[in-house]
Amino acid sequence: MVNKWLSRCYLAIMFLFLYAPIAVLIVFSFNESKSSGKWTGFSLHWYEELLQDSQMQTALFYTIIVATLATAISTVVGTFTSIGIFKLTKKTKAFVLNVNYLPVISPDIVLAVALMMLFKTLKMKFGFTTMLLAHIMFCIPYVVLSVLPRLYAMNPNLAEAAMDLGATPMQAIRKVVIPEILPGIMAGALMAFTMSIDDFVISYFTAGNGVTNLSIEVYSMAKRGIRPTVNALATIMVSFILVSVLISNNLSIKKKREV
Amino acid sequence: MHESTKRLSYPYIVWISIIIIIPMLLIFLYSLIDPSDGNPMAFRLTIDNYVKFFSPIYISTLARSLWIAVWSTLACLLLGYPLAWVIAQCHPKKQSSLLLLFIMPMWINMLLRTYAWISILGKNGILNNILEFFHLAPVDIMYTDFAIILGMVYNFLPFMVLPIHTAIAKVDKNLIDAARDLGANNRQVFSKVVFPLTLPGIITGVIMVFLPAVSTFVIPQLLGGGQFMMIGNLIEKQFLLTGNWYFGSALSMILMIFILLSIWLMKRFDSDGQAGGALPW
Repeated sequence: MVNKWLSRCYLAIMFLFLYAPIAVLIVFSFNESKSSGKWTGFSLHWYEELLQDSQMQTALFYTIIVATLATAISTVVGTFTSIGIFKLTKKTKAFVLNVNYLPVISPDIVLAVALMMLFKTLKMKFGFTTMLLAHIMFCIPYVVLSVLPRLYAMNPNLAEAAMDLGATPMQAIRKVVIPEILPGIMAGALMAFTMSIDDFVISYFTAGNGVTNLSIEVYSMAKRGIRPTVNALATIMVSFILVSVLISNNLSIKKKREV
Repeated sequence: MHESTKRLSYPYIVWISIIIIIPMLLIFLYSLIDPSDGNPMAFRLTIDNYVKFFSPIYISTLARSLWIAVWSTLACLLLGYPLAWVIAQCHPKKQSSLLLLFIMPMWINMLLRTYAWISILGKNGILNNILEFFHLAPVDIMYTDFAIILGMVYNFLPFMVLPIHTAIAKVDKNLIDAARDLGANNRQVFSKVVFPLTLPGIITGVIMVFLPAVSTFVIPQLLGGGQFMMIGNLIEKQFLLTGNWYFGSALSMILMIFILLSIWLMKRFDSDGQAGGALPW
């Protein structure tokens, strides 16, 4: 009994630790004054200000558009690449997989400076394109890593059977292989989106002037003094995440019931 | 599948050659170029950039990064193992919602969450306001090592809990019962049965926390106020402030070597080679 009570307490304390900063962001988005340490009264002032804050809106726009494009591109490329890697000879496969791991294990800062040097050497103009290329670079490995195990777990005779029945290799991939590995593809896409939307270091080094994302905006704000509009934005993001988690949870429960 | 499907991977091989291999080679090349020449095309090879690192300031920066990363990893392990254990004891349905609750904060911008700690820990922050309310002496945590470690634990704890939870969930309950039947007490059950079985999860967790902890430059910048430099900050400064790519590249190479070395070292603890499905060696 004591044990159970103790473990409940521990769980509660750890969740308090994880959610305290988020609660602070939410509570102080409704604060009247600029202070983020002392409560002075309720107001929606910072939400109004957010509607007029074009800098913040641009940052949000770039964050979402880069994450969406990077996720879409790396999911498609990563999936087809994995199907290809699966059939490579042992040596080439080992080589591709090892290089594929490099972005996963390398520190962000090393990847960031490496890409910056590459883009500078190629004399590319720093901006949206360089940032997107960088995001695709670190997103594809996660897709490959979650799709490949699914391919290994798949019955290899399935695709053969499809082709025996007259499907072209492309049809076999589209109609048999992809539905079979779909959970891995989805997991990879979610991973890629999470990595992209949360990235700071690599974007910071590859975006150049003019293009920002949310992380870069917060970082530069931290130096000049933060504006509480960012709290308002965080609150909106938290509600958005909460709603989508609830919806997807409900959908999966419904699906289970139907089965 | 048909043999020809392997062609699907060829574009990616070209892509990784350009965007992963060449940049890594660039770092290696620049780390060996004499910075005094100014023109990288007429370069002269030298090991001066590495020699420069072996001066007390830079060595102590690396030592400091390792020290903070080790403490953060240890704190994550000591807090995370019991947490993973408690979650694994819950009803399976409850477990998945608890894990989801655990991952959710990670979808909110990491800088925002870290920044929120400043308003909690700051001089006129929430923590001190609460202490004042109870007539207690205020604390000055901001811009200390403790603040940096706290920020790291906050950000990286899920990386520790998730693999350990997976490992604990896989432990066969019959083994624990068998150990008890054979007369083992709680401590023995843990040290002889549970701990060895969950070691692969621990190793994966330690690697996944240690890697970002040793190289981050954002957390020390925000919570350490930039006055305590870690190796990540040093690299950032070489590229964005002083523009010394050559020394910055040498520092990056040294950091990479340290990381590969520590992964290799950790993997040696894992005799079965089960840890980190995410790691190639």
